[in-house]
Amino acid sequence: MRNLVFLLQKEFRQIFRNPTILRMILIMPILQLIVIPLAADYEIKHISISVVDQDHSTYSAKLINKMTASGYFQLVEYTQSYTQATKTVGEGKTDLILTIPAHFERDIIKYNKAQLHLAADAVNGVRAGLGTAYAGQMIGDFNREIREEWMLMPKFNELPQIEITSANWYNPHFDYHLFMVPGILAILVTMVGAFLTALNIVAEKEVGTIEQINVTPIKKHEFILGKLIPFWVLGMVSITLGMIVTFVIFRFLPVGSFFTIYAFSAVYLFGVLGIGLLISTFADTQQQATLFAFFCMMVFILLGGLYTPIESMPEWAQWLTRINPPAYFIKIIRAIYIKGSAFTDLVPEFLAMIAFALVFNALAVLNYRKRSA
Amino acid sequence: MKTFVAFIRKEFWHVLRDTRSLVILLGLPVVMMILFGFALSSEVKNSNVAILDYSNDDASRLLIDRIDQSQYFSVKERLTSEAQIERVFRRGEARLVIIFPQHFQDDLLHTNQVQVRFIGDASDPNTSNIVINYASSIFRDYQNELTEQKKLPYTIETETRMLYNPQLKSSYNFVPGVMTLILMLLGAMMTSVSIVKEKETGTMEILLVSPMRPLLVVLSKAVPYLFLCFIDVIIILLLAVYLLDMPIRGSLPLLLAESLLFILTTLSLGLLVSAVVDSQQTAMFLSLVGFLMPALVFSGFMFPIENMPLPLQIVSNIVPTKWYYSIVRAIMVKGLGFSYVAKQTLILVVMTVIYLTVAIRKFKIRLA
Repeated sequence: MRNLVFLLQKEFRQIFRNPTILRMILIMPILQLIVIPLAADYEIKHISISVVDQDHSTYSAKLINKMTASGYFQLVEYTQSYTQATKTVGEGKTDLILTIPAHFERDIIKYNKAQLHLAADAVNGVRAGLGTAYAGQMIGDFNREIREEWMLMPKFNELPQIEITSANWYNPHFDYHLFMVPGILAILVTMVGAFLTALNIVAEKEVGTIEQINVTPIKKHEFILGKLIPFWVLGMVSITLGMIVTFVIFRFLPVGSFFTIYAFSAVYLFGVLGIGLLISTFADTQQQATLFAFFCMMVFILLGGLYTPIESMPEWAQWLTRINPPAYFIKIIRAIYIKGSAFTDLVPEFLAMIAFALVFNALAVLNYRKRSA
Repeated sequence: MKTFVAFIRKEFWHVLRDTRSLVILLGLPVVMMILFGFALSSEVKNSNVAILDYSNDDASRLLIDRIDQSQYFSVKERLTSEAQIERVFRRGEARLVIIFPQHFQDDLLHTNQVQVRFIGDASDPNTSNIVINYASSIFRDYQNELTEQKKLPYTIETETRMLYNPQLKSSYNFVPGVMTLILMLLGAMMTSVSIVKEKETGTMEILLVSPMRPLLVVLSKAVPYLFLCFIDVIIILLLAVYLLDMPIRGSLPLLLAESLLFILTTLSLGLLVSAVVDSQQTAMFLSLVGFLMPALVFSGFMFPIENMPLPLQIVSNIVPTKWYYSIVRAIMVKGLGFSYVAKQTLILVVMTVIYLTVAIRKFKIRLA
């Protein structure tokens, strides 16, 4: 026990003397929480549109007006040649080409039927899909207006009609930041915990000071606890900092209780530190450790459901998310922050957290050797 | 020259001996391509739905069946009261709750008017939006079957074409993104850390007193990474073409030449970092925050740049990854020629020259 106290003293002193670690804990949360949510705005607006108008009629003008007035589209080009418009797409200056063929107006009125062409730059599939969907809606509205102009539509429907009312709970204004920020908070804790632990232990290996510790009567578990406890404290500090930054910048406070967040973080951090430890037992140099940690983080984060819903993954990938600690933690933090889930709602997740903490630390301790190879 | 070759050989041994790192350096692009290509999709499928059916008649049962059978949904739970909705959402067991009122079928067929309520868990706003849209269209289809559409006059038909990417594959977006990320990791981060390591362990001193010119000592460290970067580019391209069926529309030599240019940019960034930094942890931290995060954020492969607020858009211009990303996309996906990417190429060349000159200026022969 006394050994552990000395070790903790040593570790804390080392941490406070190392400006990089302190910077990492302070700057990482602030930068990540400011930049990523601002950047990760998936709401699609400002779709640039080129209009190829070969009709030059009242209707074509009306349609263009309707599109630009909607706020979704920005008219960047008005031309008569489709080739010119495709060139603009090639340069990446426009997302969508709307072609209004000659005799558009005449065809509607005389032949009851007219055609429009939409072409989208589909390199970014989501953008193209949403852009054509919006444009389709506008054209549909426009079509209805024309019909109302030419014929008297019955105001009351004689046919069976299902009226759908929909409500959006928890986030009625579709604030994307509210979704993203808690997720990033979860990632942040994971990165700080895993990277710092792995690097710290490997640094001792690389410089050789670990040998000195190995020849002392310090026990294996004392050494590991001596490493885990300081970084656990740092991890808790970083999540606190993260929550403060979240409040200062985005004015988000968890709907659920702070106690639940801290309870989960406390257990989760042990799991993350265990991952860091495990990485450190495989790496001999800091470069290796960085690389391993980066690799794990990349896989964890991509399979963590931060950007894409887990249900839409194929079977094998979903199975992988079940053994992916950040996937649970992202879900938990989001649930507490946005939906106010209580501890009792998340009991299965809590058990999973405990299991992760035990498994990773056990593996790390088993893999840690006091003698060098 | 002979000593330079010898130095380069030494550096190659350093890199090749470390098999564990090598496996990851070559495996990372493969894993990322597989994950992006097969595991991740923003498409919404198999969303869990909970149903609160107050009427439990033929019509509501038919609709529930259809929802369950559609690829977008699976009906997970039957609720019995509205009080349970909150619990279902809090536990994350469903994304959508559909509430059928009492006498659903009777009202529908006799009064022609009936209300159905959807409640979405909008804590994930985009998914909730999409899920509600899908569910609505299932209901609308059913309604249309009841009404038998009649033909309407004054119809505008819209024909839609998707240029470049008719099947809307997401690989067109992420493949260039994976390339930028991997090259940043290898070129900037690994190179800088490996040079700083020599400083930290003191072996740099030994190298500096050798008859080699100090600058060449450092340059020779970058050479193996240049090769590794190039191998990774080729791995990614091979996987893109043969595994993900993504054709390279433009000229391959041009693409490789541009990649080489970007590799040089990242290497000079790595040299720059190693010239100003003394500890591996600082080098790593700097690369992580300064290069890898911007590479993720600003290359436009996860987040659309057009959507960013103006200050961030301006910042994105000084990030080299943005330019390389747009070059790769133009050549690979759109099949455009050099004239379209001349501006981006020039910007990368200028950036590389600036980084290199600053790195050489800052390079100290003497250790402090």
